[in-house]
Amino acid sequence: MKSLRVNPIACEGHGLCAELLPERITLDDWGYPIVDPEPVSGDLESHARRAVAACPTLALLLGTAAAARPAAAAGRPVHARGRVERANEA
Amino acid sequence: VSAAASRHEDPHAPRLLAGLRADRAIPLREHVARLGPLRRVDLIEELEQSGLRGRGGAGFPTAQKLRSVAGRRGRSIVVVNGTEAEPVSGKDKLLLRHAPHLVLDGAVAAATALGGREVIVAVGDRALPERAAVERAVAERDDGRITLRVAGVPPSFVAGEETALVSHLNGRSPKPTFKPPLPFERGVRGAPTLVQNAETLAHVGLIARFGAEWFRAVGTPDEPGTVLLTVSGAVRRPGVYEVELGVPLVDLVSEAGGVTEQPQAFLLGGYFGSWVVAGRAERLVLSAAGLKEVGASLGAGAIVVLPSSACGVAESARVARYLAGESAGQCGPCVHGLEAVAGALEQLAAGGRKQVRLQLVRFLEQVRGRGACRHPDGTARFVSSALTAFAGEAELHLRGRCSGHGPHVLPVPAR
Repeated sequence: MKSLRVNPIACEGHGLCAELLPERITLDDWGYPIVDPEPVSGDLESHARRAVAACPTLALLLGTAAAARPAAAAGRPVHARGRVERANEA
Repeated sequence: VSAAASRHEDPHAPRLLAGLRADRAIPLREHVARLGPLRRVDLIEELEQSGLRGRGGAGFPTAQKLRSVAGRRGRSIVVVNGTEAEPVSGKDKLLLRHAPHLVLDGAVAAATALGGREVIVAVGDRALPERAAVERAVAERDDGRITLRVAGVPPSFVAGEETALVSHLNGRSPKPTFKPPLPFERGVRGAPTLVQNAETLAHVGLIARFGAEWFRAVGTPDEPGTVLLTVSGAVRRPGVYEVELGVPLVDLVSEAGGVTEQPQAFLLGGYFGSWVVAGRAERLVLSAAGLKEVGASLGAGAIVVLPSSACGVAESARVARYLAGESAGQCGPCVHGLEAVAGALEQLAAGGRKQVRLQLVRFLEQVRGRGACRHPDGTARFVSSALTAFAGEAELHLRGRCSGHGPHVLPVPAR
């Protein structure tokens, strides 16, 4: 499954992507694309490719969703007794 | 059991701050006499068992970070992140000034475990005493095949973000880069690079000696160990405190001498953190799990007590303006979005129209997750929490009033 991502450093807010792929890309108040990270498949994928190719700064990327780092294990609150120690300085 | 180790049998004794004196850095000889030499251990395994998480703000498991570097080809490099540009945090600078060898031990232990031969200690350009202390400590040591050097880093807020730091060390501007690659994939001179916060490495220096079980003897099962917290604002004795994870916030406040006047809110986690009103904050325990219920976290461990005499809206507006100015200027939504956020909050503080609040909420929704780094997210989190915590005060401002009458509390560095 492929999904869209934007490189916000490269993006200059030309906005072509939002015109070519309004199903997945909208523009924010300042003209920069907000990209739906849901996978693109089927018919939409060819439109996505067109949007990627149209970007003047090559900021729009279509790729396999990067493997996320494993999320931190959810901790349950445990109330431990403990001491606090202060550093000896002003 | 050696004399050095027996001193660590009391798990509740201070760890990182033990033996610190304000007038000097602990010299190498004294450091080794107190703690013993570094031992050869399976460090990654020991860290895994210890449950240590990064103390720089993101809270990523340290063992996992080392493992990701260890899994790459090529000789790795260890970078000590001692930049600590957060204006309300002082704990890393304190360690570098007074216990540099403990931090360096952790870095050397990590480099040894990773088969690396190079440690770079990154210190803020304006942190002159810290830099001097680390340079003296480096000159005192002999770490065999591992060489250590100190690198200065420009004093911008985002320069401590790990890709920005690597970019700077590679001779480019100290600005975050697009990911991937992360430093473990391609870091300093292209090598797999471990970027680790100074306090985290100080814990590593102790775990390498006394083991995971010792580390876990305090704190909570899910969040073991101690953490350094920088406390400022309306307390009698502001400073850096070492606390066991899971202690009540009120205990920390009393350790800091108690409050100087009635607190109205606590800023938990520094300028990327959250405001929590005093009534709720006073019931909290200091751990990720304990703070999660109010949407807060420890971040890099900075806590500010806001007195009732201050105006939370005005204070937050000043910080939002500072943070907007600290954008690296690379990503449109951060550059324009944070400018808009700061502007709207300033208007609110100045008694602007009612629509400004709605507009501000709209801006906040648009900046989260929109940058190459988390600068917009952290700023949005701070401002959003201010809108909640100081909702009543914001109402007053809409009617042209302000209940604040004290001096500024939150420091904002000059550019």
